[in-house]
Amino acid sequence: MDIINIKDLIFEYIRRDEEGNVEGVTTAVDDVSLDVKQGDFVAILGHNGSGKSTLAKHMNAILYPTEGTVWVDGKDTQKDEYVWDIRQTAGMVFQNPDNQIIGQIVEEDVGFGPENMGVPTEEIWERVEESLKAVGMYEFRKFSPNKLSGGQKQRVSIAGVIAMHPKCIILDEPTAMLDPKGRKEVIRAVRALNDVERITVILITHYMEEVIYADKVYVMDKGKVTLQGTPREVFSEVERLKELRLDVPQVTLLAHELRKEGFPIPKGILTKEEFREALDSCIKEML
Amino acid sequence: MPIILDKVSHVYGQDTAMAVTALKNVSLVIPDGQFIGLIGHTGSGKSTLVQHLNGLMKATSGSIYFNGEDIDAEGFDKKMLRSKVGLVFQYPEHQLFETDVFADVCFGPKNLGLSKKEVELRAYEALKLVGLEDAYFYQSPFDLSGGQKRRVAIAGVLAMKPEVLVLDEPTAGLDPKGRDEILDQISRLKKETGMTVILVSHSMDDVAKYVERIIVMNKGSVMYDDAPREVFRHYQELEQIGLAAPQVTYIMKDLQDHGYDVSDEATTIEKAKEEIKSWFARLSAVGKGR
Repeated sequence: MDIINIKDLIFEYIRRDEEGNVEGVTTAVDDVSLDVKQGDFVAILGHNGSGKSTLAKHMNAILYPTEGTVWVDGKDTQKDEYVWDIRQTAGMVFQNPDNQIIGQIVEEDVGFGPENMGVPTEEIWERVEESLKAVGMYEFRKFSPNKLSGGQKQRVSIAGVIAMHPKCIILDEPTAMLDPKGRKEVIRAVRALNDVERITVILITHYMEEVIYADKVYVMDKGKVTLQGTPREVFSEVERLKELRLDVPQVTLLAHELRKEGFPIPKGILTKEEFREALDSCIKEML
Repeated sequence: MPIILDKVSHVYGQDTAMAVTALKNVSLVIPDGQFIGLIGHTGSGKSTLVQHLNGLMKATSGSIYFNGEDIDAEGFDKKMLRSKVGLVFQYPEHQLFETDVFADVCFGPKNLGLSKKEVELRAYEALKLVGLEDAYFYQSPFDLSGGQKRRVAIAGVLAMKPEVLVLDEPTAGLDPKGRDEILDQISRLKKETGMTVILVSHSMDDVAKYVERIIVMNKGSVMYDDAPREVFRHYQELEQIGLAAPQVTYIMKDLQDHGYDVSDEATTIEKAKEEIKSWFARLSAVGKGR
């Protein structure tokens, strides 16, 4: 079953100068159609300004299509009566850990969403507990958020979203401002949500290593989906990705460089283990 | 102009119940012309440290010498210091404010009291240095892309002609190409002008690729201060403090752990490639000898 359907989506915004005169129209998303299956881990890549965040903001009714239609869990995002349902179904986590947390104490912050939804108090506490456990932050429940590291804050933000029991969580560069440990923590939490809780994940990122476990990768350029497939298929296109201002994981790049030097290594190596196996077959073939 | 830090400590909220020691007895020498990477997890004291270098923050104890002069001594010209030690903060594009790109870059040198002609020359030169095309000079900085805005912000600091350039995570939030472009430009700039560059970064891959010396901060103290290869040898200790080695180092270690006779010292793709090639050459030599 699909959780998100996007059909012929176009999003335009009008650029104005300081006096408010129209300067022109920018098409940020240009005729995109895609479907996301319930429970999938989907990654969206693209350079700055490629339209990936704009696309993501259509998935929980922050932006509405200029043309085309977006359905979240079968509901048209342009219908006013569905807005709250949709935002509950698809939660969003943003880049900066410091401006998504409002509570004085971690558990209060996580309870904020369900409280606004009118969930009974007893159940709010249950949800807070399970959400914090799901991201590995339960032991910090009594902490003040400003005592936490960036990675911990992002995990609290994620807990705040899952406390609303969404079917889908959209993360817009959640690791851009974090140190290596924080990045690892957040990605691990996101993968666990997907694997264990079967929550659909849509991850936007500039870090190529974070998407090797995705079920499907979409690459955007100039508002269009220009490349799509499994991580292996997408990362096989090293030169094409470079043209698109992107990159591949370091192990993929090393394998690619060796292949260019004549080593018989297959395309789209994604892990250390695959790389080692590829070298083993090189030994057999070349020596 | 070398900078020397002598047992510098900084305590936030000293003499209050909330006192937090952000820097503990930090002693460092930053000679002319080095490309230094400053790494450490969030809250390790990196940002506090760099703000001492141009006198934005005052040490609670210890001294800082710029070109042999104590920067906290009476009569020391802090304005001069701030023009010589340029600081580019995180997300510097948030600090752009002028109506066009060129005016924004002029703001710094204008405040140094230079003639209009000199100010404009410097602004032009700085924008050329960061590789921004002329076509953008009279556009509003807010109409530019993220990477371009960041370059304008860096140009604003370069126009002050600093001798030491400190960049706090200059590539955060940029796409991979934008990341490479900015760092390549900084690296070229360093070669052309001979200035000292201090790069604060969370990307071990970037640090390994560009810098000649790495300073690792942990809990307000300097934990390692050495060449990249030496620092990344301590990858397990680095992991314990929330950092890591570059990804290629792990690939090489994995090979080594599985009995491949390769060195695990490579910190860049280029070096790893050479190491694997020479390993293959060694293998085939043995093969032929048999």
